[in-house]
Amino acid sequence: MNKDEKRVYPYIPNSVPEVQEEMLRAIGVESLEELYALIPKELMFQRELRLPDPLLDECSLDRHMQGLLEKNKSTREFLSFLGGGCWPHYVPAICDAISQRSEFLTAYAGEPYEDHGRFQALFEYASMIAELVEMDVVSVPTYDGSQAAATALRMATRITERDVVLVPKLLNPDRRSIIANYCDPEVEVLEVGFEPETGLLDLKDLSRKLSGRVAAIYFENPGYLGTIETRAREIANLAHRAGALCVVGVDPISLGVLAPPPRYGADIVCGELQPLGVHMHFGGGRGGFVATPDEERFVAEYPLRLFGIAPTTDGAWGFGDVAWERTSFAQRENAKEFVGTMAALWGITAGVYLALLGPRGIRELGELIMYRAAYAAKRLGELPGIRCPRFDAPHFKEFVVDLNATGRTTREVLAELKDRGILGGIDLSGSFPKLGQALLVCVTEVHTKGDIDRLAAGLAEIVGGGGR
Amino acid sequence: MKGKLRRFHQARWDEPIIFQLSRPGERGLLVPEVEEGIRGEVGDVLSRIPPELRREDPPALPEMAQPRVYQHYLRLSQENLGRDLNVDVGQGTCTMKYNPPVNERFVSSPKLADLHPLQDEDTVQGILEIMHKLDLLLREISGMDRFTFQPGGGSHAIYTMACMVRAYFAEREEAERRDEIITTLFSHPSDAAAPRVKGYKVIMIYPDEEGFPDIEALKEAVSERTAALFITNPEDTGLFNPRVREFTEIVHQAGGLCCYDQANANGILGITRAKEAGFDMCFFNLHKTFASPHGCGGPGAGALGVTAELVPFLPVPLISCDEKTKRYFLDWDVPNTIGKVKDFYGVIPAVVRAYAWIMTLGAEGLREVAKVAVLNNNYLMREILRRVRGVRAPFHLERHRLEQVRYSWEELARDTGISTTDIQRRVADFGAHYWTSHEPWVVPEPMTLEPTESYSKEELDEYIAILEHIAREAYEDPETVKSAPHRSTVGKMADHSYFDDPRKWAMTWRAYLRKYTGYFQPRETGEGG
Amino acid sequence: MRLGLIVNPVAGLGGRVGLKGTDGPEVVRRARRLGAVPEAPGRAQRALNALSPLRDQLLVLTYPGEMGEKMAQACGFRVELVGRLRGEESTAEDTQDAAQELLRRGVDLLLFCGGDGTARDIYAAVGTELVVVGIPAGVKMHSAVFAPTPERAGEVARRYLEGEIRAVVEAEVMDIDEKAFRRGEVHARLFGYLKAPRVRGGLQGAKVATPPSERYVQQAIAARVVEDMKPGVLYLIGPGTTTKAVLEALGLTGTLLGVDAIQDGKLQGADLSEGEILSFLNEGPAKAVVSPIGGQGHILGRGNQQLSPRVIRAAGGKRALVVLATPEKLATLRGRPLMVDTGDPALDEELSGYIAVITGYRERVIYRVTH
Repeated sequence: MNKDEKRVYPYIPNSVPEVQEEMLRAIGVESLEELYALIPKELMFQRELRLPDPLLDECSLDRHMQGLLEKNKSTREFLSFLGGGCWPHYVPAICDAISQRSEFLTAYAGEPYEDHGRFQALFEYASMIAELVEMDVVSVPTYDGSQAAATALRMATRITERDVVLVPKLLNPDRRSIIANYCDPEVEVLEVGFEPETGLLDLKDLSRKLSGRVAAIYFENPGYLGTIETRAREIANLAHRAGALCVVGVDPISLGVLAPPPRYGADIVCGELQPLGVHMHFGGGRGGFVATPDEERFVAEYPLRLFGIAPTTDGAWGFGDVAWERTSFAQRENAKEFVGTMAALWGITAGVYLALLGPRGIRELGELIMYRAAYAAKRLGELPGIRCPRFDAPHFKEFVVDLNATGRTTREVLAELKDRGILGGIDLSGSFPKLGQALLVCVTEVHTKGDIDRLAAGLAEIVGGGGR
Repeated sequence: MKGKLRRFHQARWDEPIIFQLSRPGERGLLVPEVEEGIRGEVGDVLSRIPPELRREDPPALPEMAQPRVYQHYLRLSQENLGRDLNVDVGQGTCTMKYNPPVNERFVSSPKLADLHPLQDEDTVQGILEIMHKLDLLLREISGMDRFTFQPGGGSHAIYTMACMVRAYFAEREEAERRDEIITTLFSHPSDAAAPRVKGYKVIMIYPDEEGFPDIEALKEAVSERTAALFITNPEDTGLFNPRVREFTEIVHQAGGLCCYDQANANGILGITRAKEAGFDMCFFNLHKTFASPHGCGGPGAGALGVTAELVPFLPVPLISCDEKTKRYFLDWDVPNTIGKVKDFYGVIPAVVRAYAWIMTLGAEGLREVAKVAVLNNNYLMREILRRVRGVRAPFHLERHRLEQVRYSWEELARDTGISTTDIQRRVADFGAHYWTSHEPWVVPEPMTLEPTESYSKEELDEYIAILEHIAREAYEDPETVKSAPHRSTVGKMADHSYFDDPRKWAMTWRAYLRKYTGYFQPRETGEGG
Repeated sequence: MRLGLIVNPVAGLGGRVGLKGTDGPEVVRRARRLGAVPEAPGRAQRALNALSPLRDQLLVLTYPGEMGEKMAQACGFRVELVGRLRGEESTAEDTQDAAQELLRRGVDLLLFCGGDGTARDIYAAVGTELVVVGIPAGVKMHSAVFAPTPERAGEVARRYLEGEIRAVVEAEVMDIDEKAFRRGEVHARLFGYLKAPRVRGGLQGAKVATPPSERYVQQAIAARVVEDMKPGVLYLIGPGTTTKAVLEALGLTGTLLGVDAIQDGKLQGADLSEGEILSFLNEGPAKAVVSPIGGQGHILGRGNQQLSPRVIRAAGGKRALVVLATPEKLATLRGRPLMVDTGDPALDEELSGYIAVITGYRERVIYRVTH
C-alpha cells in the first residue's frame, strides 16, 4: 500500500476516503475531527495507542491465532475425568449447528416480530426445562449456575421478607464466594455442616440454624462432590416448618433418573445449563436458570426475563416479555437486582439438546452415567489404600476418591496419571482440607468402559507402588 | 429518493410449538449403551436411589427424529433477524457491529472448546496467553492498570465494581458511612440497579437543558456519604459530557471513587480514555465494542479495568505472566480480593474474539472504528432530521453526537396519534427494527439509533428511506402503521393482558396447557392438567 | 365492548373569540353573539375516527344530540342513549348525570370531550371509579387526563380497549380560579384525580424487565419517608396521590386534597387551614411533605396554598421541605425544573436552586427548582 493512501478496512465499509468525504459534506463539516468538538482538548488522547502491529490480513490473523491455540492441549488430547461444575458431556452436532447460526448468534434484542424465532426458541427451552424440573415458570438464562443460586436465594429473601440464607458447607468454594458476594451486606449467609461419613447435609445442624430469620436453605442434588441428597424431603420439611423456603440446585442432565425437586418439597429450583449442549470453553460456557411455581408471589420476584405466549391478530403463536407491574411494595425491599446480557444462546442450545434427547434419551443417559460412574467408583475402590467412593451415599456422575491410606499425595498421583495421558480428576486437598488427600472424579457418557479400565489400571500402577 | 425500499417479507413458517411436533416413539439422538461388563459388576444401580428421589416416569419432552428437530430450529432461525441479516442500526447502546466469522473458527476449535478450566496450567498456555495479552491491550486502550474478564456482561461488571467499591471502603472502615452512589438519568439503568444489590442508596442526577448531566446537581449530591460515581459517557443521548473531568474531581474531593460504564465506547476508541478523564475503574462490553456476538441476549462479557490502587480488590484469579520463565499462570495472589463473581474465569469465547479483533485492526484501525462510527451516526442524524417527517433529536440539534442518538417521534405522535411502538412494528415489514429507550421515557416517543462503523452509506440510506416512508405513511395512511406488522413472522399482538394478568399469562407450554385448550380457549377452572 | 361518550358541545367556544373559558350560560351566550362556532363536536369526531377499526365490537353509550349521539352516529358506531338533557341547552348537570349513568352501566372506558370544567364535572360524578380519557377541546386544559390531540385521545382509547395499554394512573384534574383567570392570572388548583390509561411503551421487547407500577413506586417512596420519620417532628402531608401514600403506609386516613398532619405515627389533624397549621408549628420542628402538582411541576402554589409562606418559614424554610415524586412524574416535566409559587417572591428565591426529590425506596434525584 502506498504510504499516502488511506488504509481501507474490510470490517469498515465507510473507511473508503471518497465515501467519507461525501458523508462529511452531507453533514456539513470539513473533517472527522470536527465531530469530536464536544471533547475538550485536554481529554483528547494525543498520541497513538501503543498496540502491537496489526495483523491486517486474515491469513496472518489466522496463523497467529492458530499458533496460540496450538499451545493448548485440550481434554480431547487426554483422557480426562475433570468435572467440578464444568463437565465433559457430548455436544451433539445439531447443537453446534444451531448455536452457530448467524441469525441466532448475532441477534440481540429485537421485537417479538422480527425476532420471533428467538422468543419461540427461548419459550421452548423454558418449557423443556419446566418438564425436567416440574415447575411452570422458568427464567431466560442468567450468567451461570452460581448466579442462578444467588438470585434464587435473594428472591427467597424478598418472598419471605427475611434476611438469612443457609448453604451447605460442602459446596464448591467458588460458588460460596459468588453467593456471599451477591448477598452481602443485606443478607447473611450461614453454612450448614455435613455428616463426615455420608457427605449429606447434617440435619441436626440444619435444625439448629433454622431460625425465624432464615429465608431459605439451599442445597444441591447431586451435590458438588457427587452425592445424592437422600434426605431431601426432610430438609424441605424442616425448612417449611421454620417458615423458610427450600431452594434446590440441580444438574439438569440427571433429571431423567432423579426426581424433580418439587416432588420432595422444593419451592425454587435452579441449575447450570452447561451439560445441555454447551462446550466447556475453559469454563466460559455457562448458563443458569431459575424455576418456580406459577404463583404471583414467586413471579413477582424474578429479576430475570420471563417470556410468555400470547395470541396474535392473525391466529399465530406470539411471544413477549411477561412485564407484570408489581403493585405492592414490601418493606425492606431492595430493587429487583438487575438484568442484562446473560446467556440466552445457551438457553436455545439447551432446548435443542433436550429435544434431540427426548424422554427416553434423557432417561437412558442418566442411567448410563450412573452405571459408568458406579463402575468407576467400584474399580477404583478395589485398589489398595483407596477408599472409593469416599462418601457412603448414592452418587450420580461424580465421586470422591480418598487417597489418604495410599501414602501418596493427590498432587503426585495426578502428576503421574498425567504422564500416562490421563487427567484423573480435581485435587480436593486444598479446598476441602478435612478430606485430606482426595480427588473428585467425573464420569459421563463420553467415558467408555475401556477408558475407566485405563484409569483404574493407571492408578493401580501408581498406588501399587509400581511407579511408572 | 435515495435508497429503494425492498419488497421484504420475513420468513413465516407458522411453526408449531415444538411439543406439538412430538410423535411418540421418534428419537433424535441415541445414547451409548451400558456395557455388559459394567452391568455385571455393579448390579441395578438405579435401585441405590431411594424411591422418593427416583424418577420413574420420563419427563414430557418432545419426541422427534433428528431431521425434524434440525428443521424446526432452522425455521426458527429464519424467523430471526440476526445482525448479519439486517441493517441493524436500530439497537441503540448495544453497538451491533459486525461479528467476523473468522473469530468463530477460533472459538469452535477443539483447542478452545474442549478445554477444562481446571486443567494444569502448562496445558493451557495458549488461552492464558490470549487472556493476558487482551489485558495488556485494554490497559493501553483505557489507561487502566489491570483487567479482569470475570464479569459475564456489562451489568455484571457494574455489580463487580460495586463489590470492589464496598471492599475498598471496608478496608478504610468507611463502608458504613459511605452508603450512597451517584449516577445520571441517561446512564444505563444497571448503573443504579447493580449497586443497589450491594446495599447502596442511589442519587440520580438529571440532565440540564443542554442534555448534559447537571454539574450543579452533582455538587449538591456529593457528601461524606458518597461511595462512588457510576456514569456512562457519552450517555445514551450520544452526547459526550465535556465536563466529565470536573465530575470525577468533584467526587474524588468528596472521597469517592469514580466508576466508568463504557458501554458507549465505540465512538471514542483511541480518542479519549478512562484514565485521563479521572476514572478509577472502567469496563467494556466485549460483546458490544469488541465485536463478540450478542447471542440473542448473551453470552457476553464485561472486561473490567482498574487503577493500581484498586488492583488488590479484583476478583480472582488474575492471569499473570512470570517475567523470568515467560509462563502464564492463574494468579490467586490478590491480597484484598472480593473473591469471585462468576464461575471460573469469565466468558472465554468473548475474550478470544475480542483479542483477535483488536489484533487485526491495530491502533489505527481502532481509531478508524471510532471515527467511522461517529461519522455514520452524524450522517444518519442529519439525513433523518432532514428527510423524515415528525421526528426530532432532543438537545441541541447543532451539537454533533458521538456514536448514537436518541430521537423523539413526539411531533408525529401529536399529529397522527401514531406512537413510537407502532412505527417500531411497521419497521419490521422492511427487514429492520429499532429500540426505543430505557424507562422512564424522559424523551417522549423515543427511538435510539446507533449505526456503528459496520454499515455502508448505502445501508444507512436504506434505513433512512424506511423511516421516511413510514413517517409519510403515518400521515397519509395511518391504519397501515397502526396495524403493523404485515410482512413479518406473525401479526400484531394487541392484547397485552397475556403478559401481565396472572390468570392469563403462561411462560411455559405446560402452564399454557393448564390454562387453555386449542388456541387460547380458557379452560374451565378445575379442569385441565 | 362498551364505550361511554360525553361531549361538552360548548367547550372551547370562547377561545377563538377571545373569551377565556365558557363556564356558565352567560359566557356561552356572549360567545355565540361574538360569532363563536363550537369546536368540540369536530374534535370528538376526530377522536372517534381513531376508534373506527373497533366499530363492530363497540357499543357507544352516550347522551342525545350534541352531547355525543350525533358524532358517534356520524362515525358509524352503534349507539345507545342513556338519558336526556334537563333543558334545551346542555349544562354541567347534564355532564354529571351522564357520567353517573355511564358509571352505573359499567362502561369499559369513558371518553369525554371538553376542558378542565368538563373534567371537573366528570370527576365530581365518577371519582376514580371509571377509566377516563379526555379529548382536548376546551380553552383551559391543565388537567393531566387530556391527551395532547383528539387523534391521540382516540388512539389511547383504542389501545386501552384492545388491551394493548393495561396500566392506569391517577391523572390530575386541575381547576382554574375563574375570576383570576380573566384578569390574566393563572392560579390552578388541584381538584381531584381521574383514572386514565398509562401511556408509555407497549410490548417491552427490551433488555430491561418488569417496570413497576406507579402505585408500587409511590409505596416505595412512602416506605422511605416513614422509615426516616423522627419522633417529635410534625409532618405536614400535602395534597396528591404520592404524598397520601405516606398516610396509607401508616394505616392512617387523611384527605387527598387537603393538608394533613402526622406526628409520631399518628394523625394530628386533617384538611388543616393555614391558621391551624401555624398553631401546630408553634410546638416544635416540622417538615412539609409535598409533590409536584399540575403540568408545570409546582411543588408549592398549585393546590397546597395552605402551605403558605408563613407556614414554610415557620417550619424552617427550604430544609423543611420533603419533596416526593415518581420518576414518571418527573419525566413528564421533560427536563423543565420544578416550580415554586408561594406568593412571596423572596421565599420563592430562597427555595430555588436544587432540591432532593425522593423517587424510590433507595433513590433520590437532585432536581432543579425555580420560580
